[in-house]
Amino acid sequence: MSFVFSRGRLLLWGACLALAVALPLVLKSGFMLSLLCQIGIMVVFALSYNMLLGQTGLLSFGHAVYYGMGAFITMHTLNMIGKDGSPLVVALLPLVGGLAGLLAGVVLGWVTTKKAGTTFAMISLGIGELVAACALMFPGFFGGEGGISGNRVVGKGSLLGFTWGPQVEMYGLIVAWAFVATIAMFALTQTPLGRMANAVRDNPERAEFVGYDTQRVRYLMLILSGFFAGIAGGLTALNYEIVTAETLNAHTSGVVLLMTFVGGIGFFYGPIIGAILVSVMQIVIGGMTHAWLLYFGLFFLFMVLMAPGGIASVIAMQRNLWQAGLFGRMVPHYLAATVPILVLMAGLVGLIEMSYALLAGEGVGAGDTATRVMGMQLQLASMEPWAIALATTAAGVLLTRWIGGRTGVAWNSALSTLHGDKS
Amino acid sequence: MTAPAIRMQGLKKNFGVSEIIRGVDLDIHRGERHAIIGPNGAGKSTLFHLISARLPVTSGIIELKGENVIGLKPFEINRKGLSRSFQITNIFHNLSVFENLRCAVLWSLGYRYSFWHRLAGLKDARLRADAVMEDIGLTSRRDTPAGILSYAEQRALEIGITIASGADVILLDEPTAGMSRSETDDAVALIRRVTEGKTLVMVEHDMGVVFGLADRVSVLVYGQIIATDAPAAIRCNAAVQEAYLGTGTHAGHGHE
Repeated sequence: MSFVFSRGRLLLWGACLALAVALPLVLKSGFMLSLLCQIGIMVVFALSYNMLLGQTGLLSFGHAVYYGMGAFITMHTLNMIGKDGSPLVVALLPLVGGLAGLLAGVVLGWVTTKKAGTTFAMISLGIGELVAACALMFPGFFGGEGGISGNRVVGKGSLLGFTWGPQVEMYGLIVAWAFVATIAMFALTQTPLGRMANAVRDNPERAEFVGYDTQRVRYLMLILSGFFAGIAGGLTALNYEIVTAETLNAHTSGVVLLMTFVGGIGFFYGPIIGAILVSVMQIVIGGMTHAWLLYFGLFFLFMVLMAPGGIASVIAMQRNLWQAGLFGRMVPHYLAATVPILVLMAGLVGLIEMSYALLAGEGVGAGDTATRVMGMQLQLASMEPWAIALATTAAGVLLTRWIGGRTGVAWNSALSTLHGDKS
Repeated sequence: MTAPAIRMQGLKKNFGVSEIIRGVDLDIHRGERHAIIGPNGAGKSTLFHLISARLPVTSGIIELKGENVIGLKPFEINRKGLSRSFQITNIFHNLSVFENLRCAVLWSLGYRYSFWHRLAGLKDARLRADAVMEDIGLTSRRDTPAGILSYAEQRALEIGITIASGADVILLDEPTAGMSRSETDDAVALIRRVTEGKTLVMVEHDMGVVFGLADRVSVLVYGQIIATDAPAAIRCNAAVQEAYLGTGTHAGHGHE
């Protein structure tokens, strides 16, 4: 597939692959390894979602259906081949997941892609709920609340020494699949169908008047997107060796939407960044505090308000500044702006953690009198930590307004220079 | 004898109880440049929407090169060789000028919904898009997103997208609306150039454009064609003057 790449792009992709392969050599802990596995899977899932949202302009609330179907079918296939299987067959199982996702796309997409816009969003939500409800109604296939589990180590032999038993081998398999799937999805953006998907997103009416059936374009894109989501589902089944109904419910659909959006839907690599970031937040911050969803929500709000184009758009902007030789003059402002933001975050985290410890109740330790925040033991009954947290927050707000305002001025002047240079 | 490029018979269109097109009979000959004029609200754009299937027909017949096209979808009619532009610019805003034009040629070159061809490798699509870009004078704007072009450039691109597929029946809906005098002259020259040897039907308000370009003119008033004739004859037609301006004055250009 090298025909897809220019030399610069080849270097960049090669560097990404090298990084993905090298990371587990550096980060040796089991925790890091499972985080990396999750990231690899989510990269494929988020990229498949952006085939709909970013490339075709279809906002889906039910993308987990294709991911989940891929996962369940993969798991059933794994259990079916059982002892007769070989590591080679297991390595190819994500393809079965992909075909399951594709088939789900062929059937469900026929209904959902009849219309675009809000209608599509609503139907995708309805189909998503329908399938999620089915998952609980048919425990024979979906395994009910407990889900279904399997064992990815089958047969006695190995494939070039791989049995897929150790997590690091599984990681290798995920990287291989993620890399191939990413290349394929990128290649798709460079084909007539991929470009017409953009055209349908921009102006469906005009697309019809240059000879294209917009419904067919949406349908094909959904089927292909379902295929890649199914591959991600197959990988998740092999990775966790258990698939539950949660894999295909609205929460999973919501997470992939947020990842893709935060990363940036206007750029091919946006969802990759989003998948990495959200997975890290989910697992790292999720491991530190029970309130991680709250932080994630705040972060999402911040992104939607401040950078609706996602992180990728922010990066692209910096690159434009860099090329115009303006990046250097922004650096001091960026550095200055991090100070008030850190102060504000420290204050907010203190308030949130103390409130959470006080109010959240069981599981966290109901009626706790103390909690640990950033290594500090805080007494909830005394006024002191509350006052300090409040004061820090207030100082953060004031500083942010002051320095943030100056950063904004510098930013706008850099932008106007940039655009002035262009014209 | 070859069938006319477009034949309309007893064509009607109702919106609820109001009749917008009230029985249009008109043959557009192959290879002619035909202008449709008429006062605001006469139904000119609606007539275009019916021919191009943007709106469903209430009753009557439309034939494209002898073939019934009632009930076909816009993309099906487009594939039969009819292409249209819009009064309100209708382009792919986020795509570059070049991408706009390439999208417009893909179907006619047979690439359909292919996801196994690499766009950059499609030499015929690139050459055709580049040729049209040259024709409409936007070569210097090749990689500019269509959404940030100037108004006149967007109108030129609109015409470019319309003709790019090589359709032999072209419908232009007010191609010079909102243009300055010199821009209009450029647009007329452009239209004349790119519709050479094709059938052109256009809705136009600017009488200078109409009399400069058209071989025949049809006058649409309250959903009916009251006259179809050569421009010079239309200019002198008493019924047209009466209906068009409500007075006996000459239908001069710049009418609104």
